Amino acid sequence: MTDSKPHFDEMFISEGAPRAPYEPYHNWFAGEDIKHLRRKSAEAEAFFRRIGITFNVYGQEDADERLIPFDIVPRVISAREWSRLERGIEQRVRAINAFLHDIYHRQEILRAGRVPKELIAGNEAFLPEMIGVSPPGGVYTHIVGVDLVRTGPDEFYVLEDNARTPSGVSYMLENRETMLQMFPELFTNMKVRPVSNYPRALRRSLSASAPTCANGKPEVAVLTPGIHNSAYFEHAFLADQMGAELVESTDLRIADGRVTMRTTRGYKPVDVLYRRVDDEYLDPLTFNPESLLGVPGIMDVYRAGGITIANAPGTGIADDKALYSYMPDIVEFYTGERAILQNVPTWRCSEPDSLKYVLDNLADLVVKEVHGSGGYGMLVGPAASKRELAAFTRKLRARPANYIAQPTLALSTVPILTQKGLAPRHVDLRPFVLVSPNKIDITPGGLTRVALKKGSLVVNSSQGGGTKDTWVLGD
Amino acid sequence: MLGRTAGGLFWMFRYLERAENTARLIETGWRIALTRSEGAETEWESVVNTAGLRDAFLSKHDSFDSQAVINFLLRDRDTPSSVLAALGAARSNARMVRTALSSEVWEATNECWMAIKDALARPVTTRTLPEILAAIRYRTAVVRGALHGTMLRNDIFAFARLGTFIERADNTARILDVKYYVLLPSAAFVGSSMDNTQWETILRSVSAERAFRWLHAGESSPLAIADFLILDQRMPRSLAFCCTEIRDNLAMLEREYGERSPCMDLADHLCNTFMSRNIDEIFEDGLHEFLSDTLTAAARLAGQIEQDFRFNG
Repeated sequence: MTDSKPHFDEMFISEGAPRAPYEPYHNWFAGEDIKHLRRKSAEAEAFFRRIGITFNVYGQEDADERLIPFDIVPRVISAREWSRLERGIEQRVRAINAFLHDIYHRQEILRAGRVPKELIAGNEAFLPEMIGVSPPGGVYTHIVGVDLVRTGPDEFYVLEDNARTPSGVSYMLENRETMLQMFPELFTNMKVRPVSNYPRALRRSLSASAPTCANGKPEVAVLTPGIHNSAYFEHAFLADQMGAELVESTDLRIADGRVTMRTTRGYKPVDVLYRRVDDEYLDPLTFNPESLLGVPGIMDVYRAGGITIANAPGTGIADDKALYSYMPDIVEFYTGERAILQNVPTWRCSEPDSLKYVLDNLADLVVKEVHGSGGYGMLVGPAASKRELAAFTRKLRARPANYIAQPTLALSTVPILTQKGLAPRHVDLRPFVLVSPNKIDITPGGLTRVALKKGSLVVNSSQGGGTKDTWVLGD
Repeated sequence: MLGRTAGGLFWMFRYLERAENTARLIETGWRIALTRSEGAETEWESVVNTAGLRDAFLSKHDSFDSQAVINFLLRDRDTPSSVLAALGAARSNARMVRTALSSEVWEATNECWMAIKDALARPVTTRTLPEILAAIRYRTAVVRGALHGTMLRNDIFAFARLGTFIERADNTARILDVKYYVLLPSAAFVGSSMDNTQWETILRSVSAERAFRWLHAGESSPLAIADFLILDQRMPRSLAFCCTEIRDNLAMLEREYGERSPCMDLADHLCNTFMSRNIDEIFEDGLHEFLSDTLTAAARLAGQIEQDFRFNG
């Protein structure tokens, strides 16, 4: 999808005139040789390949592990911009946790008529098994990766909340590590807030949500589907950095009301399971009898308070794209404040008036499946052919409630390094948020994804996007 | 440690060792093919037999042509003992146990895989073979160096070493077993050039020809070679050396875990068969029987280790 609308560039006000946060970088860059930087960029790629930061693309089983391209021009966010984002994110995450607790208990928000009942009752992402269950410490979303886009100096929109199992944090950490190694001088000139504390903070945050049966130092384990999963590198990386075991479901079994893992010395209880598998692969007894994956009986242990599962099962309801359109109401309902971060205007195709509007303006809109993620199954109107538009029209008419539509936003750009020097490309931002019973901790930075193709607005790594290091400046 | 992780470490190092051993066998075969034109095909056949891949090879090829054997042993994706497949399996296991490895060991393994996979992307010719064999030797040595230089001496290290020495003992026993007849006094025409070459082949397949010459001042005899490869504790590929390493690493696990497992009794028993006999007695009782018994005992020990430490549940 391409877009020629005027957009906000985060580095340049106009040709050669940088915005304030980028000034030191711009001065440094002016003294550098492009060829030398291109070489550095190739070095970075070799480095990533050596340490094995790769991902596998779904549906390409034979394909080699691929690298997510890394661009060496950092994305810079000023202290003032960040502090506003921080407040907005914290407010939103607080509201989401309150919403999840409410929706699985008294459902006040439905009684108050602020969110329609049908949206919950008939929703696949709503887990009846979670009704009346209170997770240890009351935390539902231990880790959140809010996707933000920017359209102007002060205009940030939340694109998705990613309250299920957000990925990408290993790139945030490795991108910074790479930049520190390649351009140490930049970090002496600019006051960049560190991100390296994330793994320790994650371990602390998860431990703080341990069930009461954990004694002393809670045993934390990361649950991965295995080495063939596209995010396996990240699972291993986080387990390693946290000093936690990296387990697969075949390592786990239930014994004496606890979830235990098979060690060389017998079975040992796990207190906190940071799972990187979907709900439906958690417990074949509860969710998916066909599944060979999962730990039979883990949900019974969970309901009895014998283990913390992070994020809690059933949080996916907060990621539902139809529900997304109610987020401003949800924030207001639980916090009593107006939402600090904006929502992208969203048409719910389940509503006849909206459906009509969407069908009439399909070529200008982005249409998404309500349960979709990763950029799959979406229509980008301005980039679609007539045939694709016609096909999507039929899909929309057949199952309108399965879709929402949004305008194409004029996403901000940050320059990337090309053969000819700097060239603007569209970006988004995924900061990482840790929630524990008494604290919300947002790492200053996050994952900046960048559409490497000129004019493209699709930043997903599975669709040819790359990443950048994100620098939040200190005061 | 997870049982699956222990198993992953064990197999990672078994496969690395296997890749090295296969490369060494090819090197030996290659050397003979260079020095003797006749009988080269028999030698390649013997190489394939030693690698334990006779049936797998014959299902794809009609004759033991050097190009076919070299490419089969280096690049065949279907046989788990080819260098490419073994390194792929080693790297897969390394990915699985990544949290148990130092970053140096992981990176060395990953780079080893990337470099050798690239080098083996196209069929290997006699011109490119020496370079490729050198690369395999070098890359696997870097992994071993990283293991020794950067890893804690704890249970992780012990499982890595157990895999190495189980595989190595198996390999040395097989090399001897395939060639045992040239070591038998009855078949020996002492001093004939034929036997000298055969003996040298055996020593070369375990990279020990120079060490042996040095220790024996250039004099070789079947008994001395067998003694060196079976009983000599100084020789890092001898059966006695491998067994001692296996026993010591299991003893380390016993100390670390504070409990004794059945596999430790098996290892002690195996070690005793080497400590309690000299080479004359082994020849008297039958070299082939001795080697077969050793292969069986090593396989049984590997199975018991797998069970005692819950590699697979």
